[in-house]
Amino acid sequence: MSTTTTASPNEAKLWGGGKSPFNSEYGKVMMWYFLMSDAFTFGAFLISYGTVRFSTNGWPNSNEVFRSFPFAPEGVHAPLVFVSIMTFILIISSVTMVLAVHAGKNMDKQGVVRNMILTIIGGLAFLSCQAWEWNHLFHEGAWWGANPFLNADGTASTTNFTNFFFTITGFHGFHVFSGVVINVIMLIMTLMDKFEQRGHYLMIEKAGLYWHFVDLVWVFVFTIFYLL
Amino acid sequence: MSHTHTDQEAHNKEAMAEIKKVTIILSVFTIIELILGFWMISMTSEGLKLAVKGTIVILMMAKAFYIVAYFMHLKHEVKNLIMTIVVPLLLFVWFIAAFLWDGNSFRNLRNDYDPYFKEQATIKVEKKEGEHGAAKHEASESKHEAAAPAEKH
Repeated sequence: MSTTTTASPNEAKLWGGGKSPFNSEYGKVMMWYFLMSDAFTFGAFLISYGTVRFSTNGWPNSNEVFRSFPFAPEGVHAPLVFVSIMTFILIISSVTMVLAVHAGKNMDKQGVVRNMILTIIGGLAFLSCQAWEWNHLFHEGAWWGANPFLNADGTASTTNFTNFFFTITGFHGFHVFSGVVINVIMLIMTLMDKFEQRGHYLMIEKAGLYWHFVDLVWVFVFTIFYLL
Repeated sequence: MSHTHTDQEAHNKEAMAEIKKVTIILSVFTIIELILGFWMISMTSEGLKLAVKGTIVILMMAKAFYIVAYFMHLKHEVKNLIMTIVVPLLLFVWFIAAFLWDGNSFRNLRNDYDPYFKEQATIKVEKKEGEHGAAKHEASESKHEAAAPAEKH
């Protein structure tokens, strides 16, 4: 773990064997590579959304589409409010994940458990918000292949808008869901003292990388669908 | 671990300060984005709208940087590792530029050569209420099955 690779006078020696050139363990490097491939998948989705939007004359106004709020009385329109709550939930759960990783580095089991529970709660809260929003949009008549919304200029809209929205937020939501599952497994392993026995909490770091990536993707999805 | 106890403590303090700083930055950037978003709702000038959208994109990239660099800890990794991750992502520069350009060009071509496509963008239509799901079920007075899966279209 504490191999000294920095400040080597001879760069070639870094790859000469006997050292860890990335100064990182195998699993973490592979997690990074997986996340890169995932970034390209999400990138492809979002860029195809951009391409289709650029090739179309009109597009629905997101402030018209996403203007509802749970328990709000009929006729009350609050664009951006609900999604900003979802965004903050994910940012906060990302922070608690960092704190869990940090506690893991100090071999602080209690800190890991506490922050992992908070992260899982954040993930579940986000998923609940998304479930509510999907359900609401479905009841407004939106689904894959069905778009009740008009373009911002009042002309007829195609189903491209809803198809992309449900596909991309669905794919992201699926990532959040798997992130929650991974976090629950990590929490159980922590409670069973698995990491205490191993002498390190590196698994928490890897789960953390995945969770931050989910937050990172939401930064893009949120901006592109709700703000631009 | 060769760190002494006080070394470790100082390091901890530093790390916590960094987490706090990045949390504040991410929150502030998100709030600025939202303020810009609210401002944009009542905006009529297309040029100003575009400028605000550009600002939002810059803030989005900044947030992405802070998440990757500090929360995912990439900034504190060895340079080799940083490069193997960041350099391939540069493909996105081409990816975004090429595809948005292509989409834009396709729209121009269709407006030039496809009269139907162009006409559709000028005809205003009425909003149809409830095409499926709840609305349809309400019509047949079986509200309790509103959560049934989507009908085939």
